[in-house]
Amino acid sequence: MSTLRVPVNAHDHISGGRNAIVTLVEYGDYQCPHCAAAQPNVRRVQAQFGERLALVYRHFPLTEIHPYALVAAETAEFAGENGVFWEMHEAIFRNQRMLSPTTLFALASTFGLSQLDLRDAINRGRYRSKINDDFMGGIRSGVNGTPTFFINGERYNGAYLAPELITAINAAMNAPAHQT
Amino acid sequence: MARYLQPGTKAPAFSLPVTPDQKLALSELAGRRVILTFYPADWSPVCGDQLALYNQILPEFRRRGAELLGISVDGAWCHQEFAKARNLHFPILADFHPKGAVATAYGCYMEDVGEAARALFLIDEQGMIVWSYQSPLAVNPGADGILDALDKMPAVESLDVDAKSARKRA
Repeated sequence: MSTLRVPVNAHDHISGGRNAIVTLVEYGDYQCPHCAAAQPNVRRVQAQFGERLALVYRHFPLTEIHPYALVAAETAEFAGENGVFWEMHEAIFRNQRMLSPTTLFALASTFGLSQLDLRDAINRGRYRSKINDDFMGGIRSGVNGTPTFFINGERYNGAYLAPELITAINAAMNAPAHQT
Repeated sequence: MARYLQPGTKAPAFSLPVTPDQKLALSELAGRRVILTFYPADWSPVCGDQLALYNQILPEFRRRGAELLGISVDGAWCHQEFAKARNLHFPILADFHPKGAVATAYGCYMEDVGEAARALFLIDEQGMIVWSYQSPLAVNPGADGILDALDKMPAVESLDVDAKSARKRA
């Protein structure tokens, strides 16, 4: 069974309770249609568990088939630096069908972020190593496509529909002391 | 189906079309590490994801001294369009005629459906299989197994040093 080799750490984007019982780690690609389709399901899962669940998002951009996946991840990181990672995360998935650098810069403006600063950060490759670290950690953990989820460190092999995720998370919650 | 070839077995030789008018033989890669990834079919969703993943991390394989070859029973013309559509930067070979002969030699041909199973083989510089794995058909095996197996092999740099000292001794 594949397990998460890079534990959740200070570099991660974490949404949800500090004392969460379950950690759901998602490896995703902003240009992947399955990830966009999974997003409303992930929100339902978050709504279901509230503070009992911590959601972590890590980048897994397959740039050879998704040419805008990297710039989208960089834009999300830039938003994160400015305190609006999750807002940008959601916005990128919602606008995936028109994903382009133009759309990403427009989204940055929508959140009151400087387009010049965003361009500068992208040109300097400020987030490249973090995104690459996310990607390689995913590869070594057995991420085989996107989205891939880990529930308390164990790779989840089911579908990304909310009912199935909820069932699996409930099972993890009820499992005997199994913290990551 | 015969069991897929296990570590310690000599990798069966083959020569297969890599484009409609070119062939590639395993012997051409002698002295290098080779990852063979058998898969059922071009265009099917899981295979696409698996090959897209390997395509993305080719630099990681090459940094560990390994070449990647894909193999399915699809014809060379089909492969050509598939590789173009997915932007693949590694060769995919057509085990098309006689159908599945190479997959059969590696013990990963599924006679009942006429396709190769999703099997991986890591071959060392001497042409020996040092690691192999077959995943359930619907499951994309990812790349962690291959990278772990490559990391267990001697570092490529130290091999270079060995080769140099061998030359000196000779």
